[in-house]
Amino acid sequence: MTTETGSGLATAERVLAIVRDRAGTSAEAEVNVVGGDRSLTRFATSFIHQNVSEELSHVLLRVALDGRVASSSLDGPTDDETLGRLVDNVIAAARVAPADPSWPGLTSPATVADPGHWDDATAAAVADDRAGRVRAFVDAAEGLETAGYCSTTAVRAAFANSAGHSATGRSTEAALDGIARTPTADSSGLAMSVRLADVDGEAAGRLAADRARAASDPVDLAPGRYEVVLAPSAVADILGFLAIYGFNGKAVEEGRSFVRIGDAQFDPAFSLRDDVADAGMVGLGFDVEGTPRRRVDVVVDGVSSAILHTRRTARAAGHAAQSTGHAVEGGATWGALGGKFVVPAGDRDHDALIGGVERGIYVLDFWYTRILDPRTQVVSGLTRNGVWLIEDGKVGRALTNMRFTQSYAEALGPGAVRGIGSERELHSVSFDTDGLVPSLHLASWNFTGGAKG
Amino acid sequence: MDDIATAAVEAALAAGASYADARVMETRTEAMAARNGAVETLDREERAGVGVRALIGSSWGFFSVPDVGSAAARRAGAQAAAVARASARVAGPALRLAPETPVRGSWESECKEDPWGVSLAEKGDHLEGVTRTLVENGADIAEAVHRIWDTRKWLVSSEGTHVDQHIVECGALMNATAVGEGETQRRSYPGIRGQYGTRGWELVREIDLPGQAARVGSQARALLSADPCPSFEATDLILGGEQMALQIHESVGHATELDRILGWEAAFAGTSWLDLKQLGSLRFGSDLMNITADATLPGSLGSFGYDDEGTPAHPVDIVKDGIWVGTLSGRDSAALAGIERSGGAVRAEGFNRLPMVRMTNVGLLPGDSSLEAMIEATDDGIYMDTNRSWSIDDKRLNFQFGCEIGWEIKGGKRTRMLRNPTYTGISPRFWGSMDMLGGRDEWVFWGTPNCGKGQPQQIGHTGHPAVPARFRGIRVGVHG
Repeated sequence: MTTETGSGLATAERVLAIVRDRAGTSAEAEVNVVGGDRSLTRFATSFIHQNVSEELSHVLLRVALDGRVASSSLDGPTDDETLGRLVDNVIAAARVAPADPSWPGLTSPATVADPGHWDDATAAAVADDRAGRVRAFVDAAEGLETAGYCSTTAVRAAFANSAGHSATGRSTEAALDGIARTPTADSSGLAMSVRLADVDGEAAGRLAADRARAASDPVDLAPGRYEVVLAPSAVADILGFLAIYGFNGKAVEEGRSFVRIGDAQFDPAFSLRDDVADAGMVGLGFDVEGTPRRRVDVVVDGVSSAILHTRRTARAAGHAAQSTGHAVEGGATWGALGGKFVVPAGDRDHDALIGGVERGIYVLDFWYTRILDPRTQVVSGLTRNGVWLIEDGKVGRALTNMRFTQSYAEALGPGAVRGIGSERELHSVSFDTDGLVPSLHLASWNFTGGAKG
Repeated sequence: MDDIATAAVEAALAAGASYADARVMETRTEAMAARNGAVETLDREERAGVGVRALIGSSWGFFSVPDVGSAAARRAGAQAAAVARASARVAGPALRLAPETPVRGSWESECKEDPWGVSLAEKGDHLEGVTRTLVENGADIAEAVHRIWDTRKWLVSSEGTHVDQHIVECGALMNATAVGEGETQRRSYPGIRGQYGTRGWELVREIDLPGQAARVGSQARALLSADPCPSFEATDLILGGEQMALQIHESVGHATELDRILGWEAAFAGTSWLDLKQLGSLRFGSDLMNITADATLPGSLGSFGYDDEGTPAHPVDIVKDGIWVGTLSGRDSAALAGIERSGGAVRAEGFNRLPMVRMTNVGLLPGDSSLEAMIEATDDGIYMDTNRSWSIDDKRLNFQFGCEIGWEIKGGKRTRMLRNPTYTGISPRFWGSMDMLGGRDEWVFWGTPNCGKGQPQQIGHTGHPAVPARFRGIRVGVHG
């Protein structure tokens, strides 16, 4: 059911008409309609073992009746009878729901810019296109065992509300994320883009295999604080925690966030912006409340400068706070999510970053990172897919994976960022969050044990 | 709906599948959340569609449509086979399925009080009331949630299996967060993930959030001024039942998933430190350690009548007297591993996801001690409960877990409260140190409604029967 954006908007308008018919014109309502296709070709032990594809047909309705709010979603047919049942259910729930004192109202009509993250060829990709890239990845690993996936997604979204605001958008994404395995080490190669044509299976496979061989026969290193160079994947993990527990308007409202606007909480070399319009990003130009996503400079030269908001968190923040377009479906409990984060590139290529470290550790990726306390941003996790000792400015012996317990905010604090890579990679994080990020050279990282204990 | 699933299977076979199965699923959900005395969200979902699995050569092809019409089902069947066929560009050895006698049957979970029959007003009052009590007793942020899942599914396979099931799951949780100068502290009840089961609203009434809210709120506040958990390279550690459920889930459940052991999840969820050559001989833990995967336990969150391949639910020994003896498996993984019969542990999150190995009710059988006896028997140690953070490596060997609350134990007595308690260990060494185990009257079927696995990721519902336990010589108090 590859719903075109135009028909998606028509479906949204049909739902609004049913709401008006059944609850009157005073009912506030907003509707999201998402159609498209999502496919993923998965391989392990060097062959495709799971190959999946789904058609999307999703309708999300939220209704407020005199400040009593309920929402309901539907994955299924969008015939009049089904949509009518959806509306009836939401209205019935709203009528008996307790009044919501924090209901922020609907988004007013506004222009939504199209970030242009769409590619016709990616939207039309078939299983054979993905399998071809997997073939190239496996071949490039030259006999090493491989595993991973190649995916394509095409989403067409439409939004309309009873305040007269509507928006449509579409986006594609393609990714190949895989590992190559030696008897003693795994390592990874990733390509992610709006366009499947940009996803080079052979290059990703070769990179994964080269890294896996370099990560083989690792040795243990004593726990302690070490200077580190973090590859983009690990940096993206940090951004995820800064976003959810730091710059999220709800975390700030509740006092759980470490962020203090106007304070130099980060190294002056570090800046961060939320910018779905960046040419290297993916995603839609509006959020689930229909709010246009505008650029937000979150950290400017080390100074915490802005908070990300939904309509609800913006209302709670008061003053002149406005939604920044960070509402996601089901995200009311979590607050403002779905960041499209961009860290400006630095001036050092990989060799220069490594060359700046006398003795330290190069980390390709983090794994199973969990926050111990959101206020301090202390996170525990492990390294994965390759970790190496750096000595005298060169990558040396491979190390066994290590466990760390480290405050992510402190790791980027004033004086802590010693270098920023000139090349960036796009990574998915979580909660519809993506990061276009470089490698970082950081002054200290607290490794608390080896993964073997 | 059986006819719809049958049409999908026939289409997949006609398109070249050597085996096919189809699930028609209809799911209704409800989630209500309150914060600081007011309901904040009321979300409901309705999902309906058909998912078809087709086997050609070495690969499953899977296709789903958000439609329960017969034309859509036939299209899904044909497409599933086409997707599977495309896998031939990167083919492996042909996949076989462990034999399973085709079944015809129905199954329904026990639901004493229909959760849909409880009015939204009563549900709202319930959550608002407990969050008010949490705030009155010290919480800066008080949250409470209930969730309901109501699933009907019809499975048909090309081997002749026809089963339908109706599973109602529900439960609730509350938590209190106290915000201090430099940190936050949280207490949750019944656990960090709440308590859920394949039961009706009676479960929500039994866990009695209102009766516990004052304690939970005051403990969150008290934690802000509690002493930090001291660091020990080795001490005695007593874990409460809720934390034991997490310990079992992460370090035993995932480690014994056969698809992980076979490398099918290597790129994302990871593999396992377990080697099939050691099945039946490897010492996983002390003699007290007996773990089963049992989807027949009444009311537990991982219970069902048939898994999503149609294998009837049956108990499987995973660890017996400390020895690793079993895995969580499906028909394909069992066949590849040379295991005679599927463990009946294959499930999908919804109609739009490929069924895969998931935990059922992976739990620890009770012993003959009690929490009280463990504390009395401990001269020097730490008691921790309620999970707060969890991190474990991709082989499920090295873990570091944090709890919401701890108490120092001195001379057989529970003394001062401790904040930010953490412990770390290596799975077989840790389980090997277990020397006391709570009894049957402390045995709780904990439910975890948010287990992530697979690509695209699927959220699974799992059960974990657990009791308190004592471990010797454990490293605790790892701080940043």
